[in-house]
Amino acid sequence: MEHETTQTHAHGSVKSYVTGFALSIVLTIIPIVLVLSHALAGKPLIVTIVLLAVLQFLIQLFFFMHVREGEQPRYNVMALILGCVIVFTIVAGSMWIMSFNAAVQ
Amino acid sequence: MAHTAVHQASRGQTAAHAHAAEHHDQEGLKILGFWIFLVTDCLLFGTLFAAYVVLRTHTDGGPNGKELFEVPGFVAETFILLTSSFTSGLAALAMNQGKRNQLLGWLAVTALLGACFVGFEVSEFAKMAGEGATISRSAFLSAFFTLVGTHGLHVSLGLVWMTAIMLQLRRRGITAVTRRKVFVISLYWHFLDAVWIFLFTVVYLMGVM
Repeated sequence: MEHETTQTHAHGSVKSYVTGFALSIVLTIIPIVLVLSHALAGKPLIVTIVLLAVLQFLIQLFFFMHVREGEQPRYNVMALILGCVIVFTIVAGSMWIMSFNAAVQ
Repeated sequence: MAHTAVHQASRGQTAAHAHAAEHHDQEGLKILGFWIFLVTDCLLFGTLFAAYVVLRTHTDGGPNGKELFEVPGFVAETFILLTSSFTSGLAALAMNQGKRNQLLGWLAVTALLGACFVGFEVSEFAKMAGEGATISRSAFLSAFFTLVGTHGLHVSLGLVWMTAIMLQLRRRGITAVTRRKVFVISLYWHFLDAVWIFLFTVVYLMGVM
């Protein structure tokens, strides 16, 4: 029976899923309203909606995917952080280098 | 030599326990392996996002996102996928409580919502192609269809996979193996919703800005 409690499957509660779902809905509605109402424009709007997306990603990671509740040591979290670093490098690096290309032309 | 003998003896004594632990470790290892797959899938989407972000202004005189994307359509897709992510979580929860029928019910709801999502996306793509906005029209559209299409393909494959797991659950019930399978597909489903958050923000919201 001891295995049952230590197994990685045994986690999550209705409360955490409902909280995550409610927060995700709010974090989806806010950027839609911001974009459609033209309350912000240009760079500030882009920065705001990207930050809201990152926040919602973290909420899904913690409330839905339960990254904190795995077995120790958490190799999945380490792999995920490495993945995020690589994705950030690829996306930000491509944008940066290609914007330089556009400036030269 | 003496050390080896002691080691072997102790191994014999705990063979039954070790076997159970080994089985558990293997299921745990498979979940870790799936996390690593999800990370590599992140890299795939990362490169497609990079291509899209760079090419999104290269419309070659063709239609841009503002002309093509319809707000009610992609908002509906977003909420459908978000709700299906929530119901797949409820499925995992029902499984933890050992409620097989409830588990099958939530998986069915999740799969149904996933099918609705794919349906919306297919009709969106067909409508765009009908208006002449095909994958070969411009660099922007090539990047768009590749990025959004890859995500849609992931959801479609997930539907097939989820159906197979439901059939297996009906036949075998909740066992250590089916538990792990349900856990893994719910992770996969949450991951697809997480990727969609960025598609929704970067492709659609920034497209209609």
